Amino acid sequence: MNRGTGGGAVAAGFSLLFFSFLFGPLIIMVITAFNSSSFPRITPWECFTTEWFAVLFANDRLMSGLLNSLVIAVSVVAIAVPIGLAGALALSELSSRLRAVLYTVLITPILIPGVVLGISTIVFWGALGRSVGAEYGSFFFDGMFLTLAGQVTFISAYAMLVFLARLQRFDPILTEAALDLGATPGQAFRKILLPFLGPAIGSATFLTFLASFENYNTTVFTILSGNTFTTALASKVRHGTDPSLSALAVIIIGITLIGAIVHEAHTRRKEVLRTGIATRSRIYGNPVLKTLVHPLTVFLILAGIAGLATWQGTRHDASVCKQQILDDKRARQHELLEEQRRKMQEQQKTTAPVTSPADAAGKANPSPFGGAFSPNGLTPAQEEQAPAAAPTETPAKANPSPFGGAFNPNGLKPSQ
Amino acid sequence: MPGAVPSGIRLPVFTVPFSRISESVMATKDIVLDHVSIRFGAYTAVDNAHLVIKGGEFFSFLGPSGCGKTTLLRCISGFSDPSEGRVLIGGQDMKGIGPNKRPTALIFQNLALFPLMSVADNIAFPLEVRGVGRRDRRKRADELLEMIALPGVGDKKVHELSGGQRQRVAIARALAVEPDILLLDEPLSALDLKLRHHMRTELRTIQQQVGLTFIYITHDQGEALTMSDRVAVMNAGVIEQVDPPETIYNRPKTSFVASFVGQSNAIEGKVASQSGTLVSIETPLGRLQGRAAGGRQYKSGDNCFLFIRPEQLSLGDGLPNAVAANWVKEEFEGNARQMFLEANGVPLRLSRVNLGGAADTLSGASVPVGFEPDQAIVLPHGVLAGA
Ligand SMILES: Nc1ncnc2c1ncn2[C@@H]1O[C@H](COP(=O)(O)OP(=O)(O)OP(=O)(O)O)[C@@H](O)[C@H]1O
Ligand SMILES: [Mg+2]
Repeated sequence: MNRGTGGGAVAAGFSLLFFSFLFGPLIIMVITAFNSSSFPRITPWECFTTEWFAVLFANDRLMSGLLNSLVIAVSVVAIAVPIGLAGALALSELSSRLRAVLYTVLITPILIPGVVLGISTIVFWGALGRSVGAEYGSFFFDGMFLTLAGQVTFISAYAMLVFLARLQRFDPILTEAALDLGATPGQAFRKILLPFLGPAIGSATFLTFLASFENYNTTVFTILSGNTFTTALASKVRHGTDPSLSALAVIIIGITLIGAIVHEAHTRRKEVLRTGIATRSRIYGNPVLKTLVHPLTVFLILAGIAGLATWQGTRHDASVCKQQILDDKRARQHELLEEQRRKMQEQQKTTAPVTSPADAAGKANPSPFGGAFSPNGLTPAQEEQAPAAAPTETPAKANPSPFGGAFNPNGLKPSQ
Repeated sequence: MPGAVPSGIRLPVFTVPFSRISESVMATKDIVLDHVSIRFGAYTAVDNAHLVIKGGEFFSFLGPSGCGKTTLLRCISGFSDPSEGRVLIGGQDMKGIGPNKRPTALIFQNLALFPLMSVADNIAFPLEVRGVGRRDRRKRADELLEMIALPGVGDKKVHELSGGQRQRVAIARALAVEPDILLLDEPLSALDLKLRHHMRTELRTIQQQVGLTFIYITHDQGEALTMSDRVAVMNAGVIEQVDPPETIYNRPKTSFVASFVGQSNAIEGKVASQSGTLVSIETPLGRLQGRAAGGRQYKSGDNCFLFIRPEQLSLGDGLPNAVAANWVKEEFEGNARQMFLEANGVPLRLSRVNLGGAADTLSGASVPVGFEPDQAIVLPHGVLAGA
């Protein structure tokens, strides 16, 4: 606050650190999505490319997992939101003693680790299925059904918490007033309480959708041999990463940003309309500006920009640049090999121990981020070499490395 | 802006919307509280209320906060059933009949307007739930807005109205389906003083125009006395007296009523003797005489209170019931001056109409006061309001 004491500089520095801590990884990830290097990294910058998006969409496992995830998420919303609402209503009606008991019961699934929930879901439905003599093809052993069942148990508790928070602000006198004015209890519920809960229904839907979509712990068990988006993603990461995941991150960040901006436009507009300062405000008083900041316009503009960027992206061709890089690499590789051969000859003369070329490459790792983005971060050196090594068969064969097996011959065309 | 009244507020003209005015004046329904008690666990909130409210009457329940007024009102409107006794409306026992089926409309202590609806939708809500079409609803809402002198606010949201306007919207909403009985739970308590006075007149006018039974709850005696045909004074769940306002004020039947309604000097004492209605009592201020309320007979030695209103206490020598008091302080109230006196440890209050003269400078002096025995009331010992 006080610049005289240097507090301002400290605060600014701290904020800077804090924000780079928050957003640094995201920014770097976004940049890596456009680097043609087959490992997600910024340096060395090779070519600007949009091919990773194509790679992403060509990945069948991910795409079918995405579809599964969407189906499950929508079903979870359809089931968990009504259950949560019913639970919250029941809680607000009960005497305080019963309420404590029911609350504990309803909230427990949130406290139980997802892994446990997942396993117990399989065990429970499996046992039930067998006890009624169901076949293996029946829904008792269907990954989608089990995932739905497993997720609903704890996600409806989230929904319930959202509704409870909103219900606490409801004045039950309003329901009484409706009754007194001749409404039946059903009418009082539909016309008074439900509209009041409207915003909560919106946020519960959003929350349950996200909770289902991004769930991993439970789903990884209950989906059995199938795949959802998260499980497909996780197995992909486990088997080696490439920038198509960064491309995915770019898409998600883009959607989130658009959503957030549109939402902000919506809340600001509502606030202005509510306080009734619309006519006096410089933006909202002007018909052109007013249409411009309408959430729908904002959305259309942003969606247009995103669409344009996508269209431009599909037309971008990085093959020339990539060929250039490839040639450069080959030349460099060749140089290194030559040098090595020379060294080895010298060493043989002096009977020095053999130096692995992989070690040399590892030390020469040009990326300041090393393998930070790789789940295989322990073996960055091999990944580094992969793109260079694969096309030049001679060096690959000549490579005496004990890590040879880890060299991925598909490094250049990550088809997963 | 509830602060500024309404020089612009016209007194409403209530001519339009009541299809049944003539009929409803004839066919209004009596409400009978037949030995009604209401308990919450071991706590008795209303104790054996027994009275008849006549159709078309403006009837008030007056009592301090927490005395059970709201509880009784909720029982009449059907939100709770009495623990004992019956509630009858128009001769019919209301047991088991829900609030939406009773011919009553309740105006809640906080009005309970629906915040998400427009003013017109609020007013038309009772019609909406009865299946009246949108256009008829709107027409009726506009008629009612006309009646409460707020034409053209139908499309506003409730929070855009001032306190007094909301008040009137709540009344319009309650009247939308022409109930037989309108129950009002301290509807004016949230308003500022001037608006409150204005609304009193308005409520009374509405009631006289539409001929409904109004049951009005308040802890403000001014409201109860100015508007009502009859007032029931409640204390701690017990109805102590049911009478027209003047009787309540002039001839209270219990110590509580005497001390709660209006200002009164209460002087504790023991009955010495009684001849006719005239009672002599022994007090710390000496032997004083008063009237036995309601022709009651006292035995000598009975504990009692003598009540004398500040405006009936006079300054001067040679008065009956003369008391030598000490001057404590004086408060100026515009239309009146309040003199605070003290005699032998008993605080006394004397009020005089302000005739524009300068205040007497009586500081520290001994002041002779007295009063006519006929204007003092002797009541059996009991709880006093605020004690
Ligand atoms: N649901 C309830 N459960 C238990 N006690 C209650 C309940 N409702 C009211 N009471 C008690 O009954 C008594 C009377 O309450 P009531 O609301 O009728 O008072 P009131 O006369 O309307 O007061 P106020 O002027 O403050 O509105 C209070 O002591 C209150 O605590
Ligand atoms: Mg009350």
